[in-house]
Amino acid sequence: MAVVIERGAGVSAGYPDAAYLAAGATLGSKGEAMGECEIVLKVRPPAPDEVPQLKEGCFLACLVQPERNPGLLESLAARKVSSLALERVPRISRAQKMDVLSSMANLAGYRAVVEAAAAYGSPFGAQVTAAGTTPPAKVLVIGAGVAGLAAAAAAKALGAEVRAFDTRAAAREQVESLGAKFLTLEVKESGEGGGGYAKVMSKEFIDAEMALFKRQAAEVDVVITTALVPGARAPTLLPRDVVTAFKPGSVIVDMAAEQGGNCELCKPGEVVDFNGVKILGYTDLVSRMAGTSSKFFATNLVHLLVEMGISKEFKIDLESEVVRPALLTHAGERLPPPPVKEPSPAREVKPPPADAKPKQEQIMTPTRRAWGATLGGMVVIAVLFALGRFAPRDFLQHSTVFILACFVGWQVIWSVSPALHTPLMSVTNAISGIIVVGGMLQVGTHLNAASILGAIAVLVAAINVAGGFLVTQRMLKMFHREAPAAPQKGHP
Amino acid sequence: MTNLDGMMTISYLAAGVLFIRSLAGLSKQETARRGNLYGMVGMAVAVAVTGLAWLAGGFDGREIGMAMLVGAVVVGASIGAVLARRVEMTGMPELVAILHSFVGLAAVMVGVSSYLAPNGESHASEATRIVHMGEVWVGIAVGAITLTGSIVAWAKLRGTLSGKPLLLPGRHVLNAVIALSIFGLSYPFLEAPGTTGLPYLLVMTGLALVLGIHLVVAIGGADMPVVVSLLNSYSGWAAAAAGFMLANDLLIVTGALVGASGTILSIIMCRAMNRSILNVVFGGFGTADGGSAVASTEPAGEVREMKADETAERLKSARSVVIVPGYGMAVARAQAAVHDLTKNLRDQGVTVRFAIHPVAGRLPGHMNVLLAEAGVPYDIVLEMEHINADFPNTDVVLVIGANDIVNPGALTDANSPIYGMPVCEVWKSKLVVVLKRGMAAGYAGVENPLFYLENTRMLFGDAKKSIDALVAATRVG
Repeated sequence: MAVVIERGAGVSAGYPDAAYLAAGATLGSKGEAMGECEIVLKVRPPAPDEVPQLKEGCFLACLVQPERNPGLLESLAARKVSSLALERVPRISRAQKMDVLSSMANLAGYRAVVEAAAAYGSPFGAQVTAAGTTPPAKVLVIGAGVAGLAAAAAAKALGAEVRAFDTRAAAREQVESLGAKFLTLEVKESGEGGGGYAKVMSKEFIDAEMALFKRQAAEVDVVITTALVPGARAPTLLPRDVVTAFKPGSVIVDMAAEQGGNCELCKPGEVVDFNGVKILGYTDLVSRMAGTSSKFFATNLVHLLVEMGISKEFKIDLESEVVRPALLTHAGERLPPPPVKEPSPAREVKPPPADAKPKQEQIMTPTRRAWGATLGGMVVIAVLFALGRFAPRDFLQHSTVFILACFVGWQVIWSVSPALHTPLMSVTNAISGIIVVGGMLQVGTHLNAASILGAIAVLVAAINVAGGFLVTQRMLKMFHREAPAAPQKGHP
Repeated sequence: MTNLDGMMTISYLAAGVLFIRSLAGLSKQETARRGNLYGMVGMAVAVAVTGLAWLAGGFDGREIGMAMLVGAVVVGASIGAVLARRVEMTGMPELVAILHSFVGLAAVMVGVSSYLAPNGESHASEATRIVHMGEVWVGIAVGAITLTGSIVAWAKLRGTLSGKPLLLPGRHVLNAVIALSIFGLSYPFLEAPGTTGLPYLLVMTGLALVLGIHLVVAIGGADMPVVVSLLNSYSGWAAAAAGFMLANDLLIVTGALVGASGTILSIIMCRAMNRSILNVVFGGFGTADGGSAVASTEPAGEVREMKADETAERLKSARSVVIVPGYGMAVARAQAAVHDLTKNLRDQGVTVRFAIHPVAGRLPGHMNVLLAEAGVPYDIVLEMEHINADFPNTDVVLVIGANDIVNPGALTDANSPIYGMPVCEVWKSKLVVVLKRGMAAGYAGVENPLFYLENTRMLFGDAKKSIDALVAATRVG
């Protein structure tokens, strides 16, 4: 399979052309790359003049974004291109590794915090120095999706005090697991929408939300907004009057700038200064970490191609629950959206709660144990009485020794360290070879059956004695304590 | 003779005390070697004094007996010494199992011999005779079960026999019939005068041998730690029974010590699996009650893979690493590579510790021995219950060839066959890397939700090769 890379495609991300050549690809101009290949992978949607350059009937995977590129689908369909919109890959667990929105949002969330920290005039983490102390910065993250959670984690890691808000109750646990505070409203209404997004809320809810943001505005130093509604304009969460409530020097990072912005005053791609409040409307957060984001994006695409069978036979499967919803044009036609099968948010396996404890009582409930002990004791006493009445004296003496020895053994063995259980077994093996004494006693004067059996017993028991002790010795020699303590990494 | 009797009693007492000191010595690493030495001294005293007493009977006409005795001791001791030197530490379970069978064999021999030639015992009364015959009967039965049971366990551990439980139809009935026959045959045996009961004795021995085989073939390979512990205790009871028939207190004491030791080990193993001993011996996994539950746990979510070089990076940048070894490490013989990895990481200032689950491996304490052999210092090898609380502060956990002992379902999924079993709570750490050959379920046949957790990564491949790659990638300079 031949792979053609547009000349210079990876340069600004830190991947020189030579690296692609070394990996076995060939270089070509954009026209060659798009015009010769059956499968075309891109980041951005093709510009109107690029569509005719595509080979007729090829497969194109990129962020198509038809709602922002009117007419694009028609021209792709006319060119008989099968176009797959990466942003429409369903959010099901199986497709998670192909989900570019998640992998990019994760990086963008991280970068948003870095940009905010650069624009904010004070340290994020608390400083305690001889020259004075500062409290940690207070960071509010609105929308605890993939980007919001990444931002919360990054801000936390920089030492800020983080709080987050989301209309979906499910987000609470995730926010709190990062060590951030989850803000709640008095109004109860679930914002759980489809595909891991939030739905549009009622008027009453939005009023309460605005009141919350206004209160928070007076307190926090940095706000990062991430609220998106799929295929529509981003909701306005920070109108002008809320922004006026911020302290001068505060920073707002509007991650929804490209979709119209969560902040009324935001301008996409620009930094707005409003009464000393900086509003960052960067739309290229991901591109600012081009090396890593390219790597993740490429990995998502590889997973997608593998899903479509590239390793054996590449096939556009209209039945596939991963491919079909993302496929917008195919065989010269625009495809209607697939029959609504509401994709549920990626179902993650939850680790057991921290306080989960195994239940051992199934085997030994106290009641059962008490009954068992009582009954057992009574049986033993009865047997002992019977023995005392009928058994010969010698036997009773031996029984006394036996029972006492059992108790001694019981007490002694419980204190054996579990690490030494294997040596314990080999030692007990060796000393149970004491049966050698019994064998010796049975070897008599004459060469008869009893003597021979005795001698065999001596032989096998001697194997046990020698083998058991020697192997124990060998094992115990191997156990050694640590040499002088190695220097350990201290907490920074 | 009276003088000698007194001396023997005192020597036996000394030997018994030395044996107890020997076992007590094993409670701590520091005193363990001294404990082993006590055991050797005790054994030497017991054998020497018995030999002296034997010699005191005079040499005349006993050359043959003398030759047999010396020959047996020399040959036996040499075989034992060679075995002890040759055995690999991964082969310890087999060695222990086969040594148990020798005790069983010796007990059977001593029992039959004692029946044929009651050594100096005059049966003062009918009651004494019956008690003695009963002791012979019990001693041989326990010895025979130990003998064949241990041989089957040995074969299963070696892989000569399949580790899968062999479940005959109606096996419980079969067991019960054999046990009842053993019990029932004792009646004509006790009635038979002199040594005419020998046929009954031999038939009973045969039945007990069959029972030993049948009991152990029905138990799966991973339950062998329990079986070996149980057989350990049987070998002790067999020795004690021999002591009863020979009226020898030292045998009784030693047998009781060994019996108690084996019993305790079995109890510890069973608690660690949250199963009763009856469940292990009679109703292994894969029987009716286990089967339906297995299907209920379906894999959910997705498995994330991680390559060796990335894992090495995460290990190097970690502050605290915990390694959870399982039987897979022993199978892949990866312990030396694990030690090299540990050393590399510790040289770079990473805290590395080991978490040992009580039933990891095929023998109680097996993992500790393997790690000690590889050169891992014992004070960084911790028991599960001592390290479980530390997992939330651990950056990376490496799970090597273990499955059921790190299954979170044991704590949460009431339908799981291993529900209630204490497990290493590795998922509380920041990152879990599971080294595994493929996605096969563990011994219990239970799907492991750990593999699908957010913070779990799989490093597929042979454990030895994967760890060698990690060793190479973490080498300094």
